[in-house]
Amino acid sequence: MNTILIYDGSFNGLLSAIFNVFELRLTNVRIKRREYSQQNFFDAEEEIITDTEKAKRVWMGLSKKISQQGRQKIYKVFLSEIPTIENAILHFIKRTFSSEVSIENDYSDPIILEIDKVSKKVDREKHRMDAFVRFRLTNDGIYFATIEPDFNVLPLNSEHFKKRYADQKWLIYDLKRKYGIYYNLQNVAIVELEISSEVNSSTKALTYFTVDEINFQELWRIYFKNSNIPSRKNMRLHIKHIPKRYWKYLPEKRF
Amino acid sequence: MDFDRIKEKLSILADAAKYDVSCSSSGSKRQNKNNGLGNSSGMGICHSYTEDGRCVSLLKILLTNHCIFDCAYCVTRKSNDIKRAAFKVQEVVDLTINFYRRNYIEGLFLSSGIFKNADYTMERLIAVAKKLREEENFNGYIHLKSIPGASDELMREAGLYADRLSVNIEIPTEKGLKLLAPDKNRKDFIKPMEKVKNEIIQYKNEKSLLKKVPLYAPAGQSTQMIVGASGESDAEIMYTSAFFYKSFNLKRVYYSGYVPISHDNRLPGIGTPVPFIRENRLYQTDWLLRFYEFDVRELLNKEHPNLESDIDPKLSWALRNLDQFPVDINKADMQMLLRVPGLGVKSVHKVIAARKYRKLNWENLKSIGVLLNRAKYFITCDSRIFEGKDRTAAQLKGLIMNSSKSKFRNELNTQLNLFDHQNFQPT
Repeated sequence: MNTILIYDGSFNGLLSAIFNVFELRLTNVRIKRREYSQQNFFDAEEEIITDTEKAKRVWMGLSKKISQQGRQKIYKVFLSEIPTIENAILHFIKRTFSSEVSIENDYSDPIILEIDKVSKKVDREKHRMDAFVRFRLTNDGIYFATIEPDFNVLPLNSEHFKKRYADQKWLIYDLKRKYGIYYNLQNVAIVELEISSEVNSSTKALTYFTVDEINFQELWRIYFKNSNIPSRKNMRLHIKHIPKRYWKYLPEKRF
Repeated sequence: MDFDRIKEKLSILADAAKYDVSCSSSGSKRQNKNNGLGNSSGMGICHSYTEDGRCVSLLKILLTNHCIFDCAYCVTRKSNDIKRAAFKVQEVVDLTINFYRRNYIEGLFLSSGIFKNADYTMERLIAVAKKLREEENFNGYIHLKSIPGASDELMREAGLYADRLSVNIEIPTEKGLKLLAPDKNRKDFIKPMEKVKNEIIQYKNEKSLLKKVPLYAPAGQSTQMIVGASGESDAEIMYTSAFFYKSFNLKRVYYSGYVPISHDNRLPGIGTPVPFIRENRLYQTDWLLRFYEFDVRELLNKEHPNLESDIDPKLSWALRNLDQFPVDINKADMQMLLRVPGLGVKSVHKVIAARKYRKLNWENLKSIGVLLNRAKYFITCDSRIFEGKDRTAAQLKGLIMNSSKSKFRNELNTQLNLFDHQNFQPT
């Protein structure tokens, strides 16, 4: 019989679950997000209560065994939200604690290789958001952007945008996950709010955005069009660099 | 802002700037200060890509396309009958700031046609950069063109505001320059480059002694050459390139396949295809000089004035120098490993790290990422098999070409038959 630990979907929740695995010396254990859990007859499910103290102990314990990048990798992989990724993370942490030397680069272990690959994918998505976020100036003076990244990368982007846009209020909102990061000229905070997708409809644009905003988008489109060299056209390369799923948030690709 | 007027200017002055290929926004050290706008200390970011597949990182525009010169290869030349426009300094500042705030760009790349004279033009470019830095507290990336013939004082000032400076020498040979740009002089290109080089050296010296030295062009200098406009050979291009890398510590030389823009009979006519393959081979050669410790004379010389278009220049060198192979992968030094076709800089480092633990065999090399379909003919490893044994250069070339797919296969089949760029001579 398997034990299935159900956690609330937060990173602290996952680390709390992993703490329990060690404390209770559980074997044959799997970890699942509550939203993915499906009761079945044969497995024992157990609900984990998120406990920041326990989570902290696991996180601090890791710092003694692996590098800062190694820990960062675990966090990034968690943000991928791949349904079974918790079990890979559990494997990685178990091996870390049972080994004298760091195992973070032991790529002969297929799960560790997998973790490395997933963390690179998350990195790439983060970098894409640094590039593809497009702010629009709202009537109340906030630079506002909506995104729908493949992975939950917003927490990774906050430092980049904070350093760059230190003198303007901005909000980047993840439409898929219904939360955003907001900078109020002092700090970046995570904000949970409902934003209607109406905000992206062109007929409603002037309800939300300034007239200048519409003009700057138009200028950007003009710039984009005129910097292209038609006799060098290469659509395959173009689409490789900007896959179509990102187009709807890029003013230069919406005509 | 008068948006209608700006829209028209932008369409003209972006169009005129697009033949400059440089779009790099990396390599600077400028950080956000006093909670101002922008930061260019990280890696470069491509915010978009045009349909030709080129990265859009900077707002790349001309201040004006009015020009007193009449260079045949240039779309902005005096005698060309096109719409002319000029931005005001404040208009460029506003565009840059508003694009940057919306996360469209990493910064500004400002070039210009030459109006009145070199210094007058350079002063205007500097005025834009100065305003951005001092009035807007802008810490994004700024690339300014050094105007040929600009005075030392102005070049000194330009470097205090810009991250990168560049002068495009455009035509690789003096005789080509005389033919296509009779009112330009090679010396005028070199003068600002020389000044900027010396200022960068001085900045580095002072930096090692003093705490606070204002940044000077932290992302260095670059230049660009047009390929295929003046009948030059690949050797002439790359020798010029090597000279500029060495004499002026350039960060980059860009190669731009000539896009026909005029019916001038000194140039390839409109409709002539852009020489993509040749451009690519030149970049490969450039990489061999900068990262693979090749000397340009090994790759191009009297016997071989042009690169082969169907294979890359490293393979081409190896096939001409089969006496230097096979290389023993478990013993050879780094310099020799870098010369093996199928081994890149990354895989060379991995080979050197991995062979400390064990003698490497074919299997190990494959998992490290060595491209064995090429490398196997040029190396020996911990195995009895050596594939290159007793084969001639022509046989090896055939074997390798059959086992790999060039991204240029279509062009190689059609384009080269229609028009042989390598031997192009202006009529």
